[in-house]
Amino acid sequence: MNQTINSAMTTEPMISLSGVEKWYGAFKALDNINMSVAKGEKIVLCGPSGSGKSTLIRCINHLEAYQKGDIHVGGIMLGHGSKTIDAVRREVGMVFQQFNLFPHLTVLQNCMLAPMKALGLDKAQTEDRARQLLERVKISEQADKYPAQLSGGQQQRVAIARALCMRPKAMLFDEPTSALDPEMVKEVLDTMISLAEEGMTMICVTHEMGFARQVADRVIFMASGAIVEEAPPAEFFSNPQHERTRKFLGEILGRH
Amino acid sequence: MNYTLDFTPVIEGLPNLLWACLGTFTLAICGMLLAIAIGIGGVILRQSPFKPLRWLVIGFVELIRNTPFLVQIFFIYFALPLAGIRLDPTPTAIIALGINGGAYAIEIIRGGVQSISKGQREAGLALGLHEAQVFRLIILKPALRAIYPSLTSQFILLTLTTSIASAISAYELTSVSQRIESDSFRSFEVYFTVTAFYFVISWVMMRVFALFSSRYFSYPVR
Repeated sequence: MNQTINSAMTTEPMISLSGVEKWYGAFKALDNINMSVAKGEKIVLCGPSGSGKSTLIRCINHLEAYQKGDIHVGGIMLGHGSKTIDAVRREVGMVFQQFNLFPHLTVLQNCMLAPMKALGLDKAQTEDRARQLLERVKISEQADKYPAQLSGGQQQRVAIARALCMRPKAMLFDEPTSALDPEMVKEVLDTMISLAEEGMTMICVTHEMGFARQVADRVIFMASGAIVEEAPPAEFFSNPQHERTRKFLGEILGRH
Repeated sequence: MNYTLDFTPVIEGLPNLLWACLGTFTLAICGMLLAIAIGIGGVILRQSPFKPLRWLVIGFVELIRNTPFLVQIFFIYFALPLAGIRLDPTPTAIIALGINGGAYAIEIIRGGVQSISKGQREAGLALGLHEAQVFRLIILKPALRAIYPSLTSQFILLTLTTSIASAISAYELTSVSQRIESDSFRSFEVYFTVTAFYFVISWVMMRVFALFSSRYFSYPVR
């Protein structure tokens, strides 16, 4: 199953899951998930809705508990105690479908909150860092506005900057463009592409297949809580091995 | 109808009445602060993973909301001394108002917390903040904003409820006016004036609440 992992793979994976299983009551949401993500690798996770892809990345920072298996992030074994969970969360940034910016804080304060409160950095240092990152997602002139005053695309770019302010080793994207108006999708994808080019380790749940082709080292296809197929994008799109993958690609690419 | 209005006793008692207004403000503001503390603390305990704590809060809220305030204040003033806890009328009134207002505040603030989307908490946790930090730094302010009108009308009610503290002769407007009334028998004049004073007190409170809101909740929402 791992034969497609290419030379990007170094010795120690940044993120690895082995035998991860999760149930909601009697419903098996994740079924024996094994995957390994090398430092700097970009993974696109796709699949029909309800296939478990969001659940999977939410297990990586323990927003969802799982019942079986092991997850390692940056050399830390994600246990079920709060200490390792906190350690992992400080190392992994997450971007949500609904942005989830804090409405009562300005853009700048949104970025500064966690570095100051979770990492204990001082204010001046944090503000420098936040302004740099807002510059980088091209939104520095909005630093003193509140989230409600920004467009969806701008909010999502702030959310990316906010996550980057923690200097994460890896980033998780949970359908970052699904809640956006079509004309704003590109600005967010461009931000993600530039982040990828700088070597960030990324796992992206997305249906943006153009992004997958351009950025992904591997595309992983999930269905019914299990990994069905994984391959580099060229191979994944031109020669899908499984019937379910073909059906999914037919539906999603047929639209465009 | 040969009644002749005579405000002389009221005018003579005016300094007393004005001081009594200050007493009413004191009871109202201290009671409110205690009610907010109980309200926020109660909501935190109400969400605790530890079941007995949650039950304790539910029991407290139900007990307070289903018994008369007058009985509650009598209980603290007359019954607690039997257990060795003896308090002056004013602290008694503040505690009773705080406990009573707090029970209502718990339910109101809890509604506000529930109105905040789950994504806010998740974003905070994903950034490495602890549950307590998430509540304090992320959830609390938008939650209070969401229920601010209900909370302030509850606090206006609390302000007016201070008059019941006259039953244990706490120093406030109603008890002072009762004394002037029983000395002068000028019931209409006294209670007319007191009604006006309560109206002004409530109005001042509402202005203060509005001012606080325009400062503290000034961030835009969609």
